[in-house]
Amino acid sequence: MGGIDPILLLASLMVASTPILLAALGELVVERAGVLNLGVEGMMITGAVCGFAATVLTGSPWLGFVAAALAGGVMALIFGVLTQYLLSNQVATGLALTLFGLGLSALIGQSYAGITIDRPPSLNLPLLRDIPWLGPIVFRHDVILYLSLAMVVAIWWFLTRSRGGLILRAVGENHDAAHALGYPVIAIRMAAITFGGAMAGTGGAYISIMRLRQWTEGMTSGAGWIALAIVVFASWRSGRVLLGAYLFGGVTVLQLNLQGAGFRIPAVLLSASPYLITIIVLVLMSLSRNARNATPGNLGATFHASN
Amino acid sequence: MKRRSFLAGTAAAATAAAAGLPARAQADKIKAGFIYVGPITDMGYNYQHNVGREDAMAHFGDALETVYVENVPEGPDCERILTQLALDGCDIIFATSFGFMDPTINVAAKFPDVKFEHATGFKTADNVAIYNARFYEGRAVIGHLAGKLTKSNQIGYIVPVPIPEVIMGINAAFIAARKANPDVQFKIIWIYDWHNPQKEADAAKALVEQGCDVLMQHTDSNAPITLAEELGIHAFGQAADMSAYGPNACVTSIVDNWGPYYIERIGMMFDGSWATSDQWLGMPEGVIVVPEINANIDPELRAEADAIRDSIINREYHPFTGPLNKQDGTEFVAAGEVADDGTLLNMMFYVEGIDAELPS
Repeated sequence: MGGIDPILLLASLMVASTPILLAALGELVVERAGVLNLGVEGMMITGAVCGFAATVLTGSPWLGFVAAALAGGVMALIFGVLTQYLLSNQVATGLALTLFGLGLSALIGQSYAGITIDRPPSLNLPLLRDIPWLGPIVFRHDVILYLSLAMVVAIWWFLTRSRGGLILRAVGENHDAAHALGYPVIAIRMAAITFGGAMAGTGGAYISIMRLRQWTEGMTSGAGWIALAIVVFASWRSGRVLLGAYLFGGVTVLQLNLQGAGFRIPAVLLSASPYLITIIVLVLMSLSRNARNATPGNLGATFHASN
Repeated sequence: MKRRSFLAGTAAAATAAAAGLPARAQADKIKAGFIYVGPITDMGYNYQHNVGREDAMAHFGDALETVYVENVPEGPDCERILTQLALDGCDIIFATSFGFMDPTINVAAKFPDVKFEHATGFKTADNVAIYNARFYEGRAVIGHLAGKLTKSNQIGYIVPVPIPEVIMGINAAFIAARKANPDVQFKIIWIYDWHNPQKEADAAKALVEQGCDVLMQHTDSNAPITLAEELGIHAFGQAADMSAYGPNACVTSIVDNWGPYYIERIGMMFDGSWATSDQWLGMPEGVIVVPEINANIDPELRAEADAIRDSIINREYHPFTGPLNKQDGTEFVAAGEVADDGTLLNMMFYVEGIDAELPS
């Protein structure tokens, strides 16, 4: 392909997809527990600003990521308290959380605009990094990217192979039955919500600390909404979330490369292609009967023990 | 420019007198409102409009009160905010983005006593003036620098949306770059967003991976400059002086300097001479500024760029001087002539030599 280096393209794809992958994995666990949190974008951007601020203040990007996970978790806790204890509507509360996060991050970020930090070092994997083809594509990234891939496997294992995952899914499928069996529905959901927030915060910080090394208002530019959509189209499975996130990130990077290389495809079409292709592929995959029944039974439903 | 505003002012005064209305008295206090399409912390387009507001405040002191609203979406919501500013007692309101055009005209019709100023648009009214900057003049200077600096003869160009202002910039830069280096070619990526740091960074990376060693942008974030600094290549700042993000990479920037215009127009509010006008200002008026070129650039090249800059400031050179052909080979500016403003403002074509297709 004229001027496009497939090795560099595939390596860029992995980096570009990681923020969405992290956020989507978090939301996957939340939704499997029966909670719909539309505040992903708000938690991401709060994570982005808090992570960046912590990196500037402490000089350590890793402390930055910890701060981002905490900030995302705290935002999620607000959502959790409102929806689980005060029984507010999840859709409205989630949307409010996004608006709140966008505003709060702009406020926190005021004194951090215009600062650039150094790029955190990549993980040095001797031998592996020198494998032809595979080395430059897969083995020259940073530790957070590998963490996101490890989380895909960990979440798959937890949800499908562990007792804890079975309980979490029971809570999401039928909270009354789970409650009758003696499981603490609210506590499990609060844990899932907090985990989702921490993952979204980490994803946001990946944008501000790793990718752009700066803070700009509104810098997540809709990544949280993409993550939400990918969870649904991936029929709530972690492997498909990985596929969806990499597909979206991949087509995004590819379309920019095609434009640069001068391919005579209308730029408008190329710009829309990440959305179109991701939706088409994931919809086709979710046409099977198994996938159609994948929606957690009590997704978005309010639970009260007296019901 | 002065004469035109004077004539317009006289005409307005004459109309007022003929209608039997009292001439507007001189004002002691003026309240000016500003709306920005993005955050003032974008360190680019909106930041510079806000710097212009601060310049006006410093100039007029306590006599001038200003308010501003940032992150105003282009569309119906903008009308609500403009109305609010008018109701809050603003005497003059600056709407600083193209997409505020129709809302500004609509709200201006409801508040005939409030003056409106709309940036980069083309619709005026008795109480709506428009102003714009000749961004392309700066492009001619950086185009020359880019043409000389590239070793791979590939210049990457990140652009937001295909409108005349942006296409004019690509063409002006390309004409200058080709003059400096006949082998140069542009790789152009449209991101369909004015400010999207992630996409801009991805586009910059794609361009560099495809062999570009100099980057230009018409989008507003500093993400491409930050990347250029890291990769050790050259880039140019957009709207604001972005050298802080790339002390080595940033050759120079095209800086929007709205202060002089805002001071002039608000000054007219104080002495009652404000009248609608249509001004397209550039480097001669100091509204477009190309700051000093990075000291790490060869002094000879710096002198060449300074000479081009000065010749534009002195109105000796026009970036669109013929003979110039469109991409399809037809001539649009004859030898020895310069493109008129109408041609520039409707420019929806690439010039000859650009190897890319213009999105429609």
